[in-house]
Amino acid sequence: MGRKLLTEHINVEGIDTFEVYRKHGGYRSVEKALKTMTPDEVVEEVKKSGLRGRGGAGFPTGMKWSFLAKPEGVPRYLVCNADESEPGTFKDRQLMAKLPHLLIEGMITGSYALGARTSYIYIRGELLYVLRILEKAIAEAYAAGFLGENILGSGYSLDLHVHPGAGAYICGEETALLESLEGKRGNPRNKPPFPAVQGLYARPTVVNNVETIAAVVPIINDGGDEYAKLGVGKSTGTKLISACGHLNKPGIYEIELGVPVEEFIYSDEYCGGIWKGRDLKAVVAGGSSVPILPKELILKTAAGENRLMTYESLSDGGFVTGTMLGSGGFIAMDETTCIVKNTWNFSRFYHHESCGQCSPCREGTGWLEKVLHRLEHGHGSMHDIDLIVSVAKQIEGNTICPLGEAAAWPVAAAVRHFRHEFEWHVTNPKEATMPGAAYRGAPVLA
Amino acid sequence: MEPTTAPTKPQFSPAAQAEIKRLLTHYPEDRSKSALLPILHIAQAEFGGWVSPEVQDLVAETLGIKPIEVYEVSSFYTQYNLKPVGKHVLEICRTGPCMLRGSDELTAHLERITGAKVGGTSPDGTFTLKEVECLAACGFAPIVQVREKYYEQLDTPEAVDAMLSELKSLVHRPILPWEETGLPNSLKNY
Repeated sequence: MGRKLLTEHINVEGIDTFEVYRKHGGYRSVEKALKTMTPDEVVEEVKKSGLRGRGGAGFPTGMKWSFLAKPEGVPRYLVCNADESEPGTFKDRQLMAKLPHLLIEGMITGSYALGARTSYIYIRGELLYVLRILEKAIAEAYAAGFLGENILGSGYSLDLHVHPGAGAYICGEETALLESLEGKRGNPRNKPPFPAVQGLYARPTVVNNVETIAAVVPIINDGGDEYAKLGVGKSTGTKLISACGHLNKPGIYEIELGVPVEEFIYSDEYCGGIWKGRDLKAVVAGGSSVPILPKELILKTAAGENRLMTYESLSDGGFVTGTMLGSGGFIAMDETTCIVKNTWNFSRFYHHESCGQCSPCREGTGWLEKVLHRLEHGHGSMHDIDLIVSVAKQIEGNTICPLGEAAAWPVAAAVRHFRHEFEWHVTNPKEATMPGAAYRGAPVLA
Repeated sequence: MEPTTAPTKPQFSPAAQAEIKRLLTHYPEDRSKSALLPILHIAQAEFGGWVSPEVQDLVAETLGIKPIEVYEVSSFYTQYNLKPVGKHVLEICRTGPCMLRGSDELTAHLERITGAKVGGTSPDGTFTLKEVECLAACGFAPIVQVREKYYEQLDTPEAVDAMLSELKSLVHRPILPWEETGLPNSLKNY
């Protein structure tokens, strides 16, 4: 078993209460930071840890923090992105519902480092039941003197609030999230200016994922260097992987970065193999927007090396033979899965969730859904296969926010590796549209 | 022609007003519009599971903003129902990971046994079926959300029956203080 930095106590009875959480070492990072460290020293530890954004982009957190503008007399904000909506990803819900005080502790320590006096947790509106858990825990933290005026006599004061969204994937994009927090439609903003300069209420703002903020707690407790000892290369520390799809044991696993993908899928310590004794066909390793890989390429790189659960190993081979760690939303598909149907399903998702601001995304996602629908239902042509690749290319890079790329990549990768399956839908429409039909031929590996 | 009586203007209950007052303390005084999304959630819970134009106007008045500022938000976010709904709104996740674990079959099954079609309400007004995108509980698929509660692993007729009989047994729908809906199994501690 690898070391667990975030979830070690997740199943302790009553760990969602302040008292039990505190008994298990909770809020030590706040005491240490506020009493013995300057804000800049906290930022420095996070830099040393090598922590990278756990929401999907993988950007170094310490660097993001150091970009924050600090004009005199202007408030600044730390906003937690708890808008978890990337299909296949369900780790933050678990972390917040079971360990609410871990996120609150990270928010206090992080806010201190950034000099924020008011901070927000933006949680997706479907999780109002988790919002209530967080609000209860926040009230406990106020009562214990860890939030509010003059925390632990340090002179530092902080207010923390939870804010719900109302059903919009796009609000996971940080500038759309800020618009939504201001009570508006979740339309992403043009950048620059970046949130670090003009974020919430046009004030300097840092937006971090739930898991990223939670990771600040062990980093401050044990030191950035200790954290960086875990993992492989530039993929330091631990990562929560949400495993779903056709696995024997779907669920949330905290892994030390560097576990081989094969071990993660097949060992009993993790997912316990593919359900119903079936063979694995493909994996989407980092949430629905990253490229799908056939079994052969998810287990081993094109060069024949074992693929590891790290940012670098999963992206080995670029988008030709590799993918991304992304948010850690790991979707496994067995041999009976229809890749065309799955691609259509994801395209429908992105079409539904496009905010409509940029024409290439608004129109392009609609075209992708429509053409994939006819391919899946046996009415497509060979030309349609090239058409979706061409539409995907025209969306990519031509939009304000990355939803365009998120919609384009899965389509491009599905056609790259499973072109024969798309062609089979055109040449054998009757067979391909039978219930439960799935192409069993070999994928394209290069 | 019969004279038509003007509909009574909706009003927030004292409990809702207190909750709104608390929410407004979360944002800078000149940024009270920030409370729009949470207040729309309260409004939807208070007024029968949907937000009518009159209710949206009340929200605008409460925040001192123009009605259009409410309409453009309520029409953007999928959780706000802009048409009347049945007693229980079943929001079925249809996205990839749920589809892999049988959400298509679940939707067909729910249409059969409730008599409602997706996007519509059963003839007796009990169930509205709504397909939604990823609910972020993919490891426990397939999933249905009803108000604040997730029903997970609905991959057998028995699990679906248990959900429906629990819903049918709810005699009233308390709004405020917030109901204790109970957590899904995947989030229980021990």
